[in-house]
Amino acid sequence: MTKMHIGNVADIDRKGSRTLKVNDMEIALFRLSDGEVLAVENKCPHKGGTLSEGMVCGSKVHCPLHDWRIDLHTGKVEDPDTGCVPTFEVEVDPATGAVYLTV
Amino acid sequence: MTLSRKKLVLVGNGMAGVRAIEHLLKLAPDAYDITIFGAEPHPNYNRIMLSSVLAGGTDLSEIVINDYEWYRSHNITLYTGHKIESIDTVNKKVRTGLGVEAVYDELILATGSDPFMLPLPGADKEGVIAFRDIKDCQIMMETSKTYKKALVIGGGLLGLEAARGLLHLGMEVSVVHIHHYIMERQLDQEAAVMLQRELEAQGMKFLLSKQSEAILGKKRVKSLLFADGSSAEADLIVMAVGIRPNTALAQKSGIAVGRGIVVNDYMETNIPGVYAIGECAEHRGIAYGLVAPLYEQGAVLAKRLAGVQGQGYEGSVTSTKLKVSGVDVFSAGQYDEPAGSRALRYQDEIDGVYKKLVISKDKLIGAVLFGDTADGAQLFSLIKSGESIQGKERSLLLGLPDDALKASPSARLEAMADDEIICGCNGVSKGAIAEAITTGGCTSVGQIKACTKASASCGGCKPLVEGLLELYAGDAAVKVKEGICGCTTLGRDEIVAEIKRMELKTVKEVMNVLEWTNEEGCSKCRPSLNYYLGMLWPEEYADEKESRITNERYHANIQKDGTFSVVPRIYGGVTSPGELKKIAEVAEKFDVPMVKFTGGQRLDLLGVKKEDLPKIWEELDMPSGHAYGKTLRTVKTCVGSTFCRFGTQDSIGMGIRLEKEFERLNTPAKVKLAVSGCPRNCAEATIKDFGVVAIDGGWELHVGGNGGVHVRATDLLCVVKTEDEVVEWASAFLQYYRENASWNERTSNWVERVGLDSIKAALDNREDRLALGQRIRTALSVTTDPWKQIVAERELRKNFEPISPIETA
Repeated sequence: MTKMHIGNVADIDRKGSRTLKVNDMEIALFRLSDGEVLAVENKCPHKGGTLSEGMVCGSKVHCPLHDWRIDLHTGKVEDPDTGCVPTFEVEVDPATGAVYLTV
Repeated sequence: MTLSRKKLVLVGNGMAGVRAIEHLLKLAPDAYDITIFGAEPHPNYNRIMLSSVLAGGTDLSEIVINDYEWYRSHNITLYTGHKIESIDTVNKKVRTGLGVEAVYDELILATGSDPFMLPLPGADKEGVIAFRDIKDCQIMMETSKTYKKALVIGGGLLGLEAARGLLHLGMEVSVVHIHHYIMERQLDQEAAVMLQRELEAQGMKFLLSKQSEAILGKKRVKSLLFADGSSAEADLIVMAVGIRPNTALAQKSGIAVGRGIVVNDYMETNIPGVYAIGECAEHRGIAYGLVAPLYEQGAVLAKRLAGVQGQGYEGSVTSTKLKVSGVDVFSAGQYDEPAGSRALRYQDEIDGVYKKLVISKDKLIGAVLFGDTADGAQLFSLIKSGESIQGKERSLLLGLPDDALKASPSARLEAMADDEIICGCNGVSKGAIAEAITTGGCTSVGQIKACTKASASCGGCKPLVEGLLELYAGDAAVKVKEGICGCTTLGRDEIVAEIKRMELKTVKEVMNVLEWTNEEGCSKCRPSLNYYLGMLWPEEYADEKESRITNERYHANIQKDGTFSVVPRIYGGVTSPGELKKIAEVAEKFDVPMVKFTGGQRLDLLGVKKEDLPKIWEELDMPSGHAYGKTLRTVKTCVGSTFCRFGTQDSIGMGIRLEKEFERLNTPAKVKLAVSGCPRNCAEATIKDFGVVAIDGGWELHVGGNGGVHVRATDLLCVVKTEDEVVEWASAFLQYYRENASWNERTSNWVERVGLDSIKAALDNREDRLALGQRIRTALSVTTDPWKQIVAERELRKNFEPISPIETA
């Protein structure tokens, strides 16, 4: 487990996302409308769609390829589809806005 | 109660046996105390999905059909990792190798089959495996981490699936096959060659007409030697040459065995109280190796055990669908033209489509489909029903069920076989939908969608789903008021009216005021609201980019692998050597993997990495086409009077003028235009949203065409004399469409919904046309080139770049 300082919360638009590579894995970081930052592997369990390009609705993201919905808190795919995406711990320093990702 | 229960023992914890138990539990939940023995250390899992596990994207845990909890909740005693050693058919008792005993009143043998291992010298070396169970799958995954070269012996269904999986694991894979073409048991040579070509393009290699002779190597396999003296190197050899019914236990227990355990139409063996189903069983001389027959057998046996009268099993006509990714292959029945049959063929080498129907005495007895398998289920049910297809051959081959469409829709739905696929996107059968309605209690299309996924993707099957709902639910069918999406019960017109009435100006405001059930909406309503607000308040509304579909947020088309494509704007399809050179140089500089002409006469740069998009736009310095948005796409043109000897008007000039007039326009759905210089219509203007066809001394204006999912030819709107009039009418038509269609509704659907006459009436008066034209110009006046903006603004550009970690904390 490594904890990395990956930047500032301002680097990510609200209801938007940014990506980063850790080893061979691409991780998508989302900033929800309430400011919370969440991270999942950037790969839809269905056909590998890049979730970072999907639409963020509440705390869910819609995969841009076939509209599967993924809960960003749990990584779980919503009914009627099934599956799961790995999630990662993100901490945001409330004072500075620094974002830390644990992988 | 417990005392009266009979004891049922199932030997074999696989798909066939457990499926029969599932059926039995539905029919007679309390009739038996059930004990299941499985040799593998897992609960019941979907063996067919092993290839998906290998091909990636599916986890081993996901292919479990019934988890341990299922066994517990049905009071089933499960022994995993226990192989039955002996059956005492006199005292009705089974005994495992570990000494566990169980007595039975009824015994089901579902011992499946073993992979057939070629008895080659060296076949016992390390690195030689079958492809049959989770363990084989795990070995392949492990091997791929340290070794490179894999050989798969067997070019059948199983072998190709194994090979595809190994390819996905990053190994170099060659398929060794004894026949001179692959999948000869399911395909004819034409289809097999097309399949091979497709798989070769994916990186698979083939060694055909090769008889394996010996496996060489010290401890671990090194290479495979063939009868012709040649050899191939290998770190891993997967034998996938066939399966053999597992009959050893039955044989030594005195149960009659042929190729498999011999059963009658009720799955009974020669010993009373002992049944066999699945791959281990032989029924009327056939041991099946595909899943559908096993399920049919399971259903028959469950009825018998539940004491329900029912028809016996009469054998299955089987069909095959290849699951290898990216390739659609289907075969059913007798595809190899037996004596007395004739075959009809359709072959399209350009699109890679091949179809063959085998007909005997007016009946369809076999079919092979490659590249387009949409008709597979229908053909399969015709083969099974054995009805005459006389007079329908042509429409069946070409996939146009004209006769069938003439019958009343509900009669057609009723006559449809249960396993016919209704929703092609999600593979949902008629039976599954019927079950969702009759036993699942679904009473609306929305519920059926949530329960089965039918019509959840492209929605093309929605009319069929509605028909089935009416058929099975009758009066109980609730015509639930469906809003534009699940977040609201309000329809498009109500929402637009409320936005106008209350002067709502943001997406959030609309959702709040109109009481959305989902606070932040979904991927359907957000883009719609964004569009309606922009259409209603063009000068005030601030476009909400986070509510735009992906292609419009990244201003390029997202492809299946996460890359994007860029289509530079080329007005009217006319370019110059200078422009071409620039595009070529940019494509070379950024290693664009493919440059392709689009259907709309533009150049598509495919496979661009997201982070390269702004750089490419910058270097191209051309508008990037809006080629994938809900907006004006392209204006296709023919040569017209500029060069063509038939051209009556300047179609190129007209096309360029229209494209410049309407570029960047936001519309409810994509909009395509075309201008043809004469009625020969080389620009195919009569399948466009707005088509212009030049005639001598004037222009015909056509609307509502579509060349896509449901091909629709245009309706003639009117005939005008001058180019200015063409623009005037086009502006009025497009703006009227913008103001009245639902989001995502193409002009073809819209014209059919509201009727051409209502559109003609709205545009008839010149004053009204000019007012519509004024409004479309206002909307156009506030559009900007999003590419220039992204290139120039750091804050927008950052979203195309990955984050780089700052330091390790």
